[in-house]
Amino acid sequence: MNKQLKKRYAADLRFRIYGMSAVAMSLLFLLLLFVSIIGKGYTAFQQTALLLDVYIDSETIDPEGTRDRAVLSSADFGAVIKQAMQKIFPEVSDRRDKRALYRLVSSGAEFKLRDQVLAHPEQIGKTLPIWVPADGDVDMLMKGSIARDASETDRPLKDKQIAWIDHLISEGRLKKQWNTTFFSAGDSRDPELAGIGGALAGSLLTLFVTLLLSFPIGVAAAVYLERFAPRNRWTDLIEVNINNLAAVPSIVFGLLGLAVFINLFGLPRSAPIVGGLVLSLMTLPTIIIAGRASLKSVPPSIYEAALAIGASQMQAVMHHVLPMAMPGIMTGTIIGMARALGETAPLLMIGMVAFIVDIPGGIFDSSTVLPVQIFLWADSPERGFMERTAAAIMVLLLFLIVMNATAVILRKRFEGHR
Amino acid sequence: MTGTERDKLCPLLFIMQITLIIFSILLALSVAAYFFGCRRAVAIAQGNIRNLHSLPEHYGFYAAIWCGLPALLVLGLWTVFETPIMTHLVVSELPRTFQELEPGRLNLVINDIKNMANGIIVSEETDPNLLAAADRYRSLQSMGQAALAVVVLTLALGCGSVALYLIRAKQRARNRVETIVKGLLFVCSCIAILATIGIVLSVVFESIRFFKLVPVSDFLFGLKWSPQTAIRVDQVGGSGAFGAVPLFVGTLLISLIAMVVSVPVGLMSAIYLSEYASRSFRAVAKPLLEILAGIPTVVYGFFAAIMVAPFIRDTGSRFGFDVASESALAAGLVMGIMIIPFVSSLSDDVINAVPQSLRDGSYALGATQSETIQRVVIPAALPGIVSGILLAVSRAVGETMIVVMAAGLSANLTLNPFETVTTVTVQIVTLLTGDQEFDSAKTLAAFALGLLLFTVTLILNVIALYIVRKYREEYE
Repeated sequence: MNKQLKKRYAADLRFRIYGMSAVAMSLLFLLLLFVSIIGKGYTAFQQTALLLDVYIDSETIDPEGTRDRAVLSSADFGAVIKQAMQKIFPEVSDRRDKRALYRLVSSGAEFKLRDQVLAHPEQIGKTLPIWVPADGDVDMLMKGSIARDASETDRPLKDKQIAWIDHLISEGRLKKQWNTTFFSAGDSRDPELAGIGGALAGSLLTLFVTLLLSFPIGVAAAVYLERFAPRNRWTDLIEVNINNLAAVPSIVFGLLGLAVFINLFGLPRSAPIVGGLVLSLMTLPTIIIAGRASLKSVPPSIYEAALAIGASQMQAVMHHVLPMAMPGIMTGTIIGMARALGETAPLLMIGMVAFIVDIPGGIFDSSTVLPVQIFLWADSPERGFMERTAAAIMVLLLFLIVMNATAVILRKRFEGHR
Repeated sequence: MTGTERDKLCPLLFIMQITLIIFSILLALSVAAYFFGCRRAVAIAQGNIRNLHSLPEHYGFYAAIWCGLPALLVLGLWTVFETPIMTHLVVSELPRTFQELEPGRLNLVINDIKNMANGIIVSEETDPNLLAAADRYRSLQSMGQAALAVVVLTLALGCGSVALYLIRAKQRARNRVETIVKGLLFVCSCIAILATIGIVLSVVFESIRFFKLVPVSDFLFGLKWSPQTAIRVDQVGGSGAFGAVPLFVGTLLISLIAMVVSVPVGLMSAIYLSEYASRSFRAVAKPLLEILAGIPTVVYGFFAAIMVAPFIRDTGSRFGFDVASESALAAGLVMGIMIIPFVSSLSDDVINAVPQSLRDGSYALGATQSETIQRVVIPAALPGIVSGILLAVSRAVGETMIVVMAAGLSANLTLNPFETVTTVTVQIVTLLTGDQEFDSAKTLAAFALGLLLFTVTLILNVIALYIVRKYREEYE
């Protein structure tokens, strides 16, 4: 008898331990995910810059001396940068060596210099100390992602180049700085020039369209179904449809967007308007379901009291029930928006995967969104894109955490008021 | 897109902007009608609104609705039907030779005309007939826009002023406004049905076109999948085999791995959190688990491709296994992690719904806590748990980003989790991203796969709902 009891208690303990380890395992996965992404991504918030004393030679960039903007913006600033590099390393004379030397500077350096000169044309003819972006490989070396002790054939930087880099470091010309490019620039083929600015703008525009469409329609549908709909077949059909839409795989919505919005209605591909339309169809069920739950939780006494003092049904709902349900509806909407912000698959279908350098200015411009940018960068073979992918994920997760936390706070704050 | 290309696209954008401008003018007019309506109602009541049937704002809304709604309807209908009507007009004026083309070719010609009209030069030498048609299309477009603006604005002004003029003290403005608002609410709730119809129609139509090229039986039971078709006759490679069985097997394999990970872990966490854990631990652990559910799938995809897949490959090679770098195991494992919170929160809900009296009864008979859970709580919650698992399966089958990033493209017919497999969703993405022509079997195949995916997930969801409704125990 006692033995049996002991066995049963042991089984109980074992079961309990299984449960505990299941929870521990899930939390461990979460920790692992965050640690590995932050570990890979935090370096991308710094960027190696190179200090050059650039002599802005008017002979090279503006031989006529007209100071015309058109002449200046098409001038050969690359040559000016090369001269500056040559000045630091006068001993490099071989043509192949020179080319290797110039490769240490990013191709974005000349554009930075050009913008500087266009903004201050009076600096032409002077020598100007300027921080320009270093090449992606130099950046990787500075961050330790390229091992110095690997054999020369295995690494993208040759021994000679590393010696030059060491010389630059010892002169204090090579420094890691806060990476503003990452937040302001659009996409680029060069990791050191690529940023999430364009993708963020695209995401904001897309979410704006989504919110504008799904919030009013969702609230209206929730109010109708919860307060005005007669119990009949048609209402049942609507409810089944809403529940079903919530479970349709997201990629199918992408097929809908491609076939209907792009091929049938002729809306432009890759545009936030189409992305917003598709995502609002996906968000709609979330908002409707949350809205109905929230409307249902408003005590009936409120509605009845409004009717008792002579309000019509519509007035009772619109003036009293709906405002009280609003915090719950907002919570549902924010959660729906957070989900829409992280959605990728349907946007691939409607062409938001294109390589887009320009930052979109309107809902009809070609653009991409943050998760799709992550997907694109994750595919790139360059090392520099790996840390940028992880950093973009960190930015995306930050947005999602802020949105979800807002939703939770909203819910907590208004729960007590009933 | 470069700057010059965007400039060329301008006509199309221009039309959209005009539509937007008309829309904003309409909004402004409606707001104005609202204010005039309110003021007129007050004026009719001679300042004492008790003389009115409804509140002044109802008269305002009534006028605003009459001003805005008919005009908006016309605008909406025009936006939808503009392209088909224009196309029809232009085609009817083309020379006979063009009109007798087969529909597919004719579509290409129409596309060319539209592109030319929108300023995108298609080729160097163009048929003068087509150029004329493009000009005609453009002039029709601008004429249509002008007519639209005139009609819509006249309608808004006309209806609005008639409604304003007809305001009377005894008019039942509130009832009419409320009826219209109720109608609008009803229309909004029908959008869900429209979306479903849109999904079904868009995948079904393209699938029918696909099944005209490739027989249904070849698609459903064929063992070879290689969608690369030769575009020119002399091209080598790609006979275009569309047997989807390897895709089904790959999808099932990855989903199976995901369920093997997520069901035990998710279910056990739910049991622990709802039956054993203290209130404070639950308050911390549950939101943390829900974070897992809130992480975008593209992040899981990155995690799978960059961390998990290399880890599995290296571990495998240490033990002498030959593991593909895009193994089904990596994708399935990470998908399982993604689904854990889904399973656990659904099971949590149903376990919590089991009444305490059942547990107390079991304890009273001398059962331990684990015996109570295994023999009483779980059986009582089983229908809910099963339907939750079915929903999780449908989620796994339809999951896209993890498999696109971590599973491969090669359609191997295998059940070995260490090999590369591909899934239905991966193939949809690969077939539809990049360059596409809309008549090739390759592009249409994606829609057939989409139809399949939609059907399978629909069936899973319906079964899940059915189980819950049929087998749910009603307590109290």
